[in-house]
Amino acid sequence: MTATDTTPVSTPDSSGAPILEARGVTMRFGGLTAVKDVDMTVHPGEIVGLIGPNGAGKTTFFNCLTGLYKPTEGEVRLLGEVIPPKPRAVVMAGMARTFQNIRLFANMTALENVMVGRYCRTSSMALTSILRGPKFRREEEATRARAQELLEFVGLGSSAENLARNMPYGDQRRLEIARALATDPKLILLDEPTAGMNPQETKQASDLIFRIRDSGLAVVVIEHDMRFIFNLCDRVLCLVRGEVLVQGSPGEVQSDPRVIEAYIGGGDDDEDDDAAGAAADPTKEEQQ
Amino acid sequence: MSTSTPSNPPTQATSVAPAHSDHDDELVKVHWLDRVPGRGNPAAWPLGLAGALVLIAGTFLSWSYTSDVLGDLSVNFWPGGVQICMIVLGLVALVLLLAHRGPLAGLGAWLDTATSVRALGLGAVAYMLGALGTIAVKSGGIININPGGWISLVGALMLAASGLMLVSRQTKDPLFAKTSSWLEICTIIVLMALVLFGAAYALDVGDGASFVLFLLFVASVAWGLSKAGVFTWIGLISQKNRQVLMLGAFAVAFLFPFTQGGSDENMSIATQVLIFAATALGLNIVVGLAGLLDLGYIAFLGAGAYVGATLSASAFATIDWKPPFLIVVLLGACFSALLGLIIGSPTLRVSGDYLAIVTLAFGEIFRLTMGNLDGNNGPVLTNGPNGIPAIPDLNFFGFDFGQPHVIAGITLGRFANYYFLLLVIAAIIILVFTRLNNSRIGRGWVAIREDEKAAEAMGVNVFGLKLFAFAGGAFLAGMAGTVKAHHDVSVTPDQYIFLESAFLLAAVVLGGMGTVAGVLVGATILKLLPEKLRFVADYRLLIFGLVLVLMMRFRPEGLVASQRRKLEFHEDDEELAQRIEEVHLEEAEAKA
Repeated sequence: MTATDTTPVSTPDSSGAPILEARGVTMRFGGLTAVKDVDMTVHPGEIVGLIGPNGAGKTTFFNCLTGLYKPTEGEVRLLGEVIPPKPRAVVMAGMARTFQNIRLFANMTALENVMVGRYCRTSSMALTSILRGPKFRREEEATRARAQELLEFVGLGSSAENLARNMPYGDQRRLEIARALATDPKLILLDEPTAGMNPQETKQASDLIFRIRDSGLAVVVIEHDMRFIFNLCDRVLCLVRGEVLVQGSPGEVQSDPRVIEAYIGGGDDDEDDDAAGAAADPTKEEQQ
Repeated sequence: MSTSTPSNPPTQATSVAPAHSDHDDELVKVHWLDRVPGRGNPAAWPLGLAGALVLIAGTFLSWSYTSDVLGDLSVNFWPGGVQICMIVLGLVALVLLLAHRGPLAGLGAWLDTATSVRALGLGAVAYMLGALGTIAVKSGGIININPGGWISLVGALMLAASGLMLVSRQTKDPLFAKTSSWLEICTIIVLMALVLFGAAYALDVGDGASFVLFLLFVASVAWGLSKAGVFTWIGLISQKNRQVLMLGAFAVAFLFPFTQGGSDENMSIATQVLIFAATALGLNIVVGLAGLLDLGYIAFLGAGAYVGATLSASAFATIDWKPPFLIVVLLGACFSALLGLIIGSPTLRVSGDYLAIVTLAFGEIFRLTMGNLDGNNGPVLTNGPNGIPAIPDLNFFGFDFGQPHVIAGITLGRFANYYFLLLVIAAIIILVFTRLNNSRIGRGWVAIREDEKAAEAMGVNVFGLKLFAFAGGAFLAGMAGTVKAHHDVSVTPDQYIFLESAFLLAAVVLGGMGTVAGVLVGATILKLLPEKLRFVADYRLLIFGLVLVLMMRFRPEGLVASQRRKLEFHEDDEELAQRIEEVHLEEAEAKA
């Protein structure tokens, strides 16, 4: 990591073309500017962290990336192409996401949840489904096999037939990741993957994210748990009031006085507190 | 005897425990049954046996002095239909009691016999009171009730008292019952035969009072057996032997016209039920699978019917092209689907309440348009409010649907012919429904129903799938509509009012959204009751409204619920969740 501290555009990892390139993304809701002129680049095999105090605009930025919002200004390029402002098209293009507050299909089994993720990579239409031709059987078989494989990848192989709603919280988080992986993404965006998890589950989650990275995907993570994010990420962006405050390696961001100030406040607090201590604040931003 | 311990041990334990906090208050509540005097009395069992026997004995004696009430109940040792019902109920109660304690105790380990006998006993009392009341009212006085009736009433009361006094025991879960497959298949076949026989009998019953009594009888027996846990088991075996069940159900439906001896009276009701059910099944795709609230669905049936009528050989048909019926069916279905696309493509972007309002308006627009295309306000297409009458019967390769045909010595009338055709259409709709449900598209629909935003974010083509559900449902309704035109002989706008849409929706909700069996049951109930019971026909809106309110309170998942749906509404039922998971696991193992 050779990033100089604050320059907004920094491409430390020069391993080929970036997967994701966000340039000058600005999102205004009426008079409120939630995200202002944010640049971000993600390279293959990279884990990028996105931190910031509550209400800093992290999830809004995520929603701009995934096509849920159309940015007021700026553009997002995925593999060199400008992403269409439609979530489905973004998924087709190779970017999948999870949600801050879990949004599984509660009354479907774990396996079915993941199979829904395969929807955009399969093509059986109505007539094939009704007539049950050989193509349908083959595709259905392949879908099922791939979904089972992904469940095993995230460690849920034995709970394939459980209803999503009955699964423990940590398993639901992992199931959401499996469902996102089922869309065959190049880049996966995780919105607070360890929210509400105990230390052991957090450890499992970071192992899982490393394994996802090792399988060749790039990962972008929003998190409040500083210890988690500084262990995990190659590069960290700190967003404050919609703007990139600091960008750099975990070490740099962690020691930057402005980050500490943003989290703790004016400095009339105990100055020995590090950012991680402040991040333990259980209140989560309630966007979406 | 462990079965006759003085009281329910767990309840007693909690009632002794002192209340520490308001949390404990719930536990302290004594079940009302535990306050019944003589609860757990060892005499309960013989009392029940005696009650059942007395009930049966009473049916062999005359119930009524006059012979013109409820069929003929005035002959000794020659029980009429109303009495035979009580014989059957008494026999079922006997079997359950013998399973509670006695020679069939092995069976009793699986069944909650006490609760079941209670249900049967209370049902029998209600039945006897209803029967005796009817006799008293219709023949002018209690004096006309003969001793047999009183004896049976006493038997029913004894049975009910015994049921209230018996204490239920821990039963084994039917999920773990290991039964041989031939027994399961035989059970399904017997069940199907009973359904066929019951349907034929119910339709044959002449007067309303007997019909209500028969319903009461069926309800009590069903209630009793479901309390005993029999239906859980039947549900399980029918899942295991789904093909046998489907074949059996189809065979029963196919054989039904042969029980009618050429009479068109019941067959016309049966065909109406089938048309209604087929349409409701189409609506079930839209509402039950994709979760789109459609309040104007009847318009799609109407569109098919109008296409069928205008392209028919009727002298009043306005289009001079008479293609073969199969082509008309396709055209009607496609026209309907096209309407679905037209109305769907702008409106499916809105959801929930908005969609309901738009579809409601569409239904009205359709009806008003059909009522005005009479040459005054537009082209002459539908003859306005007069509609298109005198639509001739279908003729398939010389098989005239209007003429009675004799098959195996049994005459099949005009409606029986249409019945078979509609059966084929219903079968097609069921096939489409189940196959789509278990496919990529079905999963997409359920995902949309569960969480539209998440589905979109997972790459599901939300708008396309919604549109397809809408158009597909319209296609199926249009198909049924073309047959309906020939079946009804005339097509007029006032057949396709909003009320019909509401009834279709009620059938889907009442029966159980997303299930085939449920919607069939719901459609049958909603269509059959007003036909058989004139007073229901007069007050049907009041009665169905009440029933729906009660259903939403006590069984929001519908009469026949998919188990998943059941979970959705009874979230706190952890035990059920556990069991369903076990079944899922078992299925998975069986597949492996």
